[in-house]
Amino acid sequence: MMLLVQSIIAITIRAGTSLVYATIGEIYTERTGVLNLGLEGMMLMGAVTAFAVAYHTGSLVLSLLVAMSMGLVLSAIHAFLCITMRANQVVSGLSITLFGTGMASFLGQRLGPAENSFYLVGLTSVRFNRIAVPFLSDIPILGALFNQDIMTYGMYILIPLAWFYMFKTKHGLNLRSVGESPHTADAMGISVTKTRYLFTIVGGMFVSLGGAHLSLSYTPGWTENITGGRGWIVIALVIFSMWNPARAIYGALLFGGINAIQFRLQIAGAAIPAPVLNMFPYLATIAVLVLVTWLESKGKKRLGAPAALAVSYMREDK
Amino acid sequence: MEDTMALQNDLTPVVEMKGITKHFPGVTANNQVTLKLYPGEVLALLGENGAGKSSLMNVLVGLYRQDEGEILVRGTPAEIHSPKDAVQLGLGMVHQNFKLVETMTVAENVVLGLKHLDFIPSFSEICRRINTISRQYNLQVDPRAYIWQLGVGEQQRVEILKLIYRGADILILDEPTAVLTPQESGELSRIIAQMIDEGKSAIFITHKMEEIKRFSQRVQVLRKGETAAVLETSKTTPSELARLMVGREVLFRLEKKICCPGEPVLEVKNLCASNEAGRPSLQDLSFIIRAGEILGIAGVAGNGQRKLTEVITGLDRADSGKVVIQGKDMTNRTPLDLIQSGVSHIPPDRISMGIVGDMSVASNLVMKEYRSEPVVKRGIFNYKEVAKSAKEKIDAYNISTPSQNTEAKFLSGGNIQKIILAREIGACRGLLIASYPSRGLDVGAMEAVRLQLIDQRNIGNAVLLVSEDLEELITVADRIAVIYEGRIMGEVPAEKADIKIIGHMMAGASLKGAAQAAAEAELGEDGI
Amino acid sequence: MRLYFEKRKTSSKIVLICVPIISLVISLILTGFLLLVFGVNPLATFSAMFNGAFGSSQNFAETLVKAVPLMLTGLGVSIAFRLRFWNIGAEGQLVLGGVAATWVALFASPYIPAFLLLPSVLLAGALAGAAWAGVPALLKTRLQVDETLTTLMLNYVAILIAEGLFYGAWRDPGGMGFPGTARFPQAAWLPRIYGRVHYGLVFALILAVVLWFFIYHTKWGFELHMIGKNRTAANYLGVNIKRTILVSILISGAFSGLAGASEVAGLARRLQEGLIQGYGYTAIIVAWMAQLNPFASIAAAILMAALLVGGDQVQMMMRLPSAVGLVMQGMILFPLLAGSLFSEYRLRISRTRGEETP
Repeated sequence: MMLLVQSIIAITIRAGTSLVYATIGEIYTERTGVLNLGLEGMMLMGAVTAFAVAYHTGSLVLSLLVAMSMGLVLSAIHAFLCITMRANQVVSGLSITLFGTGMASFLGQRLGPAENSFYLVGLTSVRFNRIAVPFLSDIPILGALFNQDIMTYGMYILIPLAWFYMFKTKHGLNLRSVGESPHTADAMGISVTKTRYLFTIVGGMFVSLGGAHLSLSYTPGWTENITGGRGWIVIALVIFSMWNPARAIYGALLFGGINAIQFRLQIAGAAIPAPVLNMFPYLATIAVLVLVTWLESKGKKRLGAPAALAVSYMREDK
Repeated sequence: MEDTMALQNDLTPVVEMKGITKHFPGVTANNQVTLKLYPGEVLALLGENGAGKSSLMNVLVGLYRQDEGEILVRGTPAEIHSPKDAVQLGLGMVHQNFKLVETMTVAENVVLGLKHLDFIPSFSEICRRINTISRQYNLQVDPRAYIWQLGVGEQQRVEILKLIYRGADILILDEPTAVLTPQESGELSRIIAQMIDEGKSAIFITHKMEEIKRFSQRVQVLRKGETAAVLETSKTTPSELARLMVGREVLFRLEKKICCPGEPVLEVKNLCASNEAGRPSLQDLSFIIRAGEILGIAGVAGNGQRKLTEVITGLDRADSGKVVIQGKDMTNRTPLDLIQSGVSHIPPDRISMGIVGDMSVASNLVMKEYRSEPVVKRGIFNYKEVAKSAKEKIDAYNISTPSQNTEAKFLSGGNIQKIILAREIGACRGLLIASYPSRGLDVGAMEAVRLQLIDQRNIGNAVLLVSEDLEELITVADRIAVIYEGRIMGEVPAEKADIKIIGHMMAGASLKGAAQAAAEAELGEDGI
Repeated sequence: MRLYFEKRKTSSKIVLICVPIISLVISLILTGFLLLVFGVNPLATFSAMFNGAFGSSQNFAETLVKAVPLMLTGLGVSIAFRLRFWNIGAEGQLVLGGVAATWVALFASPYIPAFLLLPSVLLAGALAGAAWAGVPALLKTRLQVDETLTTLMLNYVAILIAEGLFYGAWRDPGGMGFPGTARFPQAAWLPRIYGRVHYGLVFALILAVVLWFFIYHTKWGFELHMIGKNRTAANYLGVNIKRTILVSILISGAFSGLAGASEVAGLARRLQEGLIQGYGYTAIIVAWMAQLNPFASIAAAILMAALLVGGDQVQMMMRLPSAVGLVMQGMILFPLLAGSLFSEYRLRISRTRGEETP
């Protein structure tokens, strides 16, 4: 029994790692008032390039850098369209997904070696291996947390850091004000444009890092649609965590945990059909959204989405 | 020593704006405006709505960029490209719409965007400093409270606190009293005086003449984007300022037939309503308007006027009480029910509520008729009839537009108001509600609007006129009721109205009390 | 010198025409560059794509097959967008429409006379789509819950329902391990016009005309405009906003549901993975490209379908990834999105001194 719980925790954390990276990235983007629905495309691009670089160079560090630069380029396009050109953020995000999905699939059939007729599918490369932390990994049950790969350990540090930066530093204060009230931020001498560009791009880099974790650790290798809709799940997770990086872990645990439990149930041959289980997080997200909106309408504290989410800003617009 | 200081100060203004011109598409907001502010003084910037006061100040604090002209701060040319630059020069502005982040605390708002803020700000330290300033200036605010928990008056205190905290020594206040109770505005004048004593200077934007004397040493009058005059406050009179502001004597009388009221059209009985925060905004309010008469509602903005008109027109709900229109109980009915019972409404925000800017002038003109023939037959539009109806209204109301199909947003404010008037008056069957109908219009358009209202009364409609312009109320209305904190303080016939008595009622005195106070003031020579 | 945007005094019509053309050209150039990098002849690729999509009646038919669901969902989405109701749930509405249609075709067919079966199948699809859109519409009008997020979440729920059924309870035991339901009875088949093009095309064209008429010539359309362009004014002018939104979103969902029903009844004649193609997302782009105009939506749907079909053809003929089509779709959209600003604003250059902080 204990072993079962331990393995569920281990799988949950592993499945959740890519989600946490991407969720934190998107939280930062949305907190400045930019909605980026291009996550699926950015994660796929991160995954395919990370794997290709790892395969050809054997350098994991380089893989991560290249994956991040993909997130940088795609989110910079989104930022340019939405911030400078004031395009519709929903359409722009969907275009990024469309383009990223297509491009990742294209690259997946072009970046491979000639002997595999340029395909990346079916190859293996260096990957992130699990490193057991001495002593800690021997603790019963919780030991599962300390037998993970280095990106997961990075996640343990990232979550409190991202929370601290957003809520305790002056830059966090400034970026939140840009998402809540760009007019105020502007009048207070904060550059709305710069802040939004910066965090849309930084957010995008974390998102594609999440994609890289998939192809370098969780399901090593490249397959078409390796993300399996994780880019969209992240949108739900951002809501679920109410735009707070510290809470990103709950949602990731929920989705990751359902993956793990499902895996276990399948082995045990249980009767709960997988789709019913999989639906639960989405329905839970809707429930959270309804609850938050209802609480806000009661005049209690404002909790939900940044007030200026998906609203473009122009100073002299009257 | 102090005298020489003053002399030097006279030579170098802290702020000097030279030949500022600012265009917006279709409008010149400022044309070659020059402004000087000397250390230790309050300069009042007076002008009607739309005279260019706010846009001139937005140029000064870097929110807008001037098309021509230059700005000197303490004698040196200043390039103010963004509010950041302005903050560094010690310029601070309290905007009409407060620049506060509602989901953040007072302390967070106060330090927001500060350049020298620590990477990890210590909020206990910040709160301590805020409390010190609070005590020093008697500005009571809890630094740990969230902005959304505060009332308007408190929010303004936060704005002022923010300026002091940031070390601004040139303060710009954009119509700060508009949202304040008389007590709060008295408090404000005390705070400003204290800051001036400390050597700060201030520009005070207003369109209310009585505030000029209370707050300022000098006054600059703007009219249609240009400087009309710069005067010393002590050497001018309200009537001179008023004349400069509008370009002619305001004390005009409109020809008006004697009022002969008929049956009651609108009866408001014991109406109570509350705002979003659950605080009462209308309290046991009652009045009657009869056919063929105009009831004016006077009051400082924010005393329940908006709630009143919105409850009557079905846009908002009453908690208790009754709205009876032409004998029928219409309390808390839908806007459509009220429109169909013959109520027309000229709303206070003409662009955000009165028109659909992205639709054509013709469409906007038929936005009440489209529910009936001949414009719509069995649900289908007859565009010939639309064009015909629109043309009639464009001609009758003298609306100047390139064509019927021009999007309404491209028209001037006056012409947009004429579209609303044409549509609303065309559909009026008994009751016309007009909220601030002439606000921000030029004198010609203003007079046209007022004449239309009187016309409606003459043909037997009942008119409810809400205005903050006492002059307008006295010339147009037959009776004037004063609203204060959601209550009617008293009612006077327009021809016997005394501005002083109304003024006291606007500040919360009952009719009797106001008359007494006015009489005492008469003796004590302007005792406000 | 500085560059800045200034609001136009009148909306520009020329821009509306020029921007799409320029966007197409930019997309061709950028994709061509990408192909060159990978050592492929761009001109040959483009002509292969064009031929693949339009080169023969067979090929064009295939383009239309993909265009039909895009047309129907695109029209549906455009109704919602006109109200500024950001329904990005067309995908889920389409899938659930397919599920409901399948239920009627497979399980209710014994109780329905044959000649009524097909209409019932299509109606069931439309109703299911409407119901699936109705949930977020109710949440929005009753509780002000943000519809972008709820419609998006419901897409996954719908897809999971469909997958659960054709992998599970409804799976055809005689399907030889192939995930999908049994084939529909013939009375539930939507007839085909040419090749695989089914009557869904006719529905789409008729509905485009009907929708155009309703939007530009009726009271409902007028109120739709008022609500979409200025909700406060519409409320003040007596429009029943909540009811109009609810009804319009139900119609919007019905279009997508019909798309799903006509896909299952006209193409595969069974519920299977092939229904879930992301049409509902592309529909948003179709509606937006068409500026919500029904006729333009038809054209935009054909363009997007042609890129997909062209991509498939390139894969077969030139052994290039079919994803070239997706890449091109994205590359058309970027300049198009950037260009949308120019219909409202113009770029101005001023020669005042100093540099501008944006």
